[in-house]
Amino acid sequence: MSDQKRNLLRGSNRAGATLRMIARRLASSVLLLCIMSVLVFAATQALPGDIAQMVLGRDSTPEQVDRLRSALNLDAPVWRQYLIWVGNLLQGDFGVSFVSRQPVFDILQTRLSNTVVVVLLSFLISIPLSLVLGVYTAVNADRVSDRVILFFGIALNAMPEFVLALLLVLLLSVQVFHIFPGVALLSPGVSIWMQLPKIALPVLTLALLQASYFYRLVRATMIDVLASDYVEFARLKGMPRRNVLWRQAVPNALVPAVQAAGTIFAISFGGVVVIEYVFAFPGLGTALADAVGARDIKVVQAITLTIALIFFATNIVTDLITMALTPPGRGGVR
Amino acid sequence: MNKSRHGYMVQIASNRLAQVGFALILFVAAIAFIGPLVSPHTHSEFVGTPYGLPTDGAPLGTDNLGRDVLSRVMHGGQDLVWMAFCATLLGLALGTAMGLSAAFFKGWTETVLMRVVELKLAFPSIVFALLFVTMLGPGKGLLTIVVGVSQAPSVARVMRGVAMDVVRQEYVQWARSVGMRAWRVLWAEVLPNTTSPLLVEFGLRMMWSISLLAGLSFLGYGIQPPAADWGLMVNENRNALSVQPFAVLAPIVLIALFSIGCNLFAEGVTRAIGRTGGTE
Repeated sequence: MSDQKRNLLRGSNRAGATLRMIARRLASSVLLLCIMSVLVFAATQALPGDIAQMVLGRDSTPEQVDRLRSALNLDAPVWRQYLIWVGNLLQGDFGVSFVSRQPVFDILQTRLSNTVVVVLLSFLISIPLSLVLGVYTAVNADRVSDRVILFFGIALNAMPEFVLALLLVLLLSVQVFHIFPGVALLSPGVSIWMQLPKIALPVLTLALLQASYFYRLVRATMIDVLASDYVEFARLKGMPRRNVLWRQAVPNALVPAVQAAGTIFAISFGGVVVIEYVFAFPGLGTALADAVGARDIKVVQAITLTIALIFFATNIVTDLITMALTPPGRGGVR
Repeated sequence: MNKSRHGYMVQIASNRLAQVGFALILFVAAIAFIGPLVSPHTHSEFVGTPYGLPTDGAPLGTDNLGRDVLSRVMHGGQDLVWMAFCATLLGLALGTAMGLSAAFFKGWTETVLMRVVELKLAFPSIVFALLFVTMLGPGKGLLTIVVGVSQAPSVARVMRGVAMDVVRQEYVQWARSVGMRAWRVLWAEVLPNTTSPLLVEFGLRMMWSISLLAGLSFLGYGIQPPAADWGLMVNENRNALSVQPFAVLAPIVLIALFSIGCNLFAEGVTRAIGRTGGTE
């Protein structure tokens, strides 16, 4: 095993460099995650004020407060509280929600999978849409169509999530057209895949926001690629325009797009918080928004850390894909 | 140096996108600040039945409690505009300080600062803000600070990139070699040469601040009732979208115009700088 590893490291410089790079990224991500957990802990549990009292409200009896205090280990020194908390997290024990009395882990499970479905579906729309728009506007750069699309892109990109969501509700659900339902309340016990029309608007909102960012990137890279030497050469060689575009230019323009896809995926988990709330969709975002209102600290801690984890995981995956796509020495267009 | 900086400003001022963006910002700010002075009713006066359709007395109808939507819209923007502006300034100041220091001092200062930036960038701002609101409760001051701080890392990253070029310039090297204090070099030699990218960042950070603050308000964790606020109004009235859409439409259109204005401004400035070959 270690021999293999050593051979791999010695065998080729490139593989070694890549492995070292991955190890470094992993190490720094784990470190950042640790710091993040300290921050989340500090922001929720270690702040001054009696959390037990705050959670239970003014009508609580002293016994109730005492019981909660000991359940939360609030009487232990702060560093011990933190270690107990992290220890439990690592064993998959996220604690029990103060509000619903359910294990946080159970709440999280369905909520997270619902949110992931919405984010993935929005990707299925936004990526092809962005590629088509990006290539089209790059080929027609500075023409009227390009400018019109650009303006819509800038406008969509600027709008807060709930503004776009509600504009879509007004347009497609309640005022102008009546195509999609304006709320995405899922029936419990039925698979989300059986209720897809209900989540059409949240998915569309997220997809448009992603596309407004993504298509500009494709467009910018495409413009660079179209002006590059090898595209010029392919053209001079007499290759048909269409072939130059789809065989030479587009594949090369994809590299930065893939890199950005990771970032957009991660950003979507922030944007989806408000979007879910607009549509009352039972996902991670509504769970977070509700938990903040109810000061359901265990749920807030669990969700914030989950989102952080998704971010770091996405970063690493994106790095790996980027490395695979850009062999050293060939370095994509940037 | 001074002359070319002046040149950028002319370029920016004559860019159509920047002009339109700036005009939109001014338009919304004017409604937000002049509105309260000229509104037909106060923000909490009851003028009709709940969710009333537009009439002569209430041109945009009434809201969920029967208050005049037009008057509430006119009262509901000042906090958002103020807080977004202050948060942006805070984010720019913090981020610029971090970015310039990182580029100037290099070494462990740079490593530590950029790790902090990475940490924050790895986290959605809205979640970051909600984390603080959970414990400290919603408050205008707290929200402004949290939103401002959450903007700083992106600014820091951009400004570090800009400053790395500036720091290499001869006049900066000269200033350091004659023994000028580090903070003086940063303030007098480096900072003045980063103004154009800073202007782009101003537009972008305004846009994000508006988005965050309005979003928090919409979630119910911003301005608290019975005050009038655009984000809050949307939350209060969204259940009757099919009956009385104006109570939601008016505030969201204004929020949208405001943030689109900021984005257009940033876009215009970027192009103006690009054309004259400015820093970045």
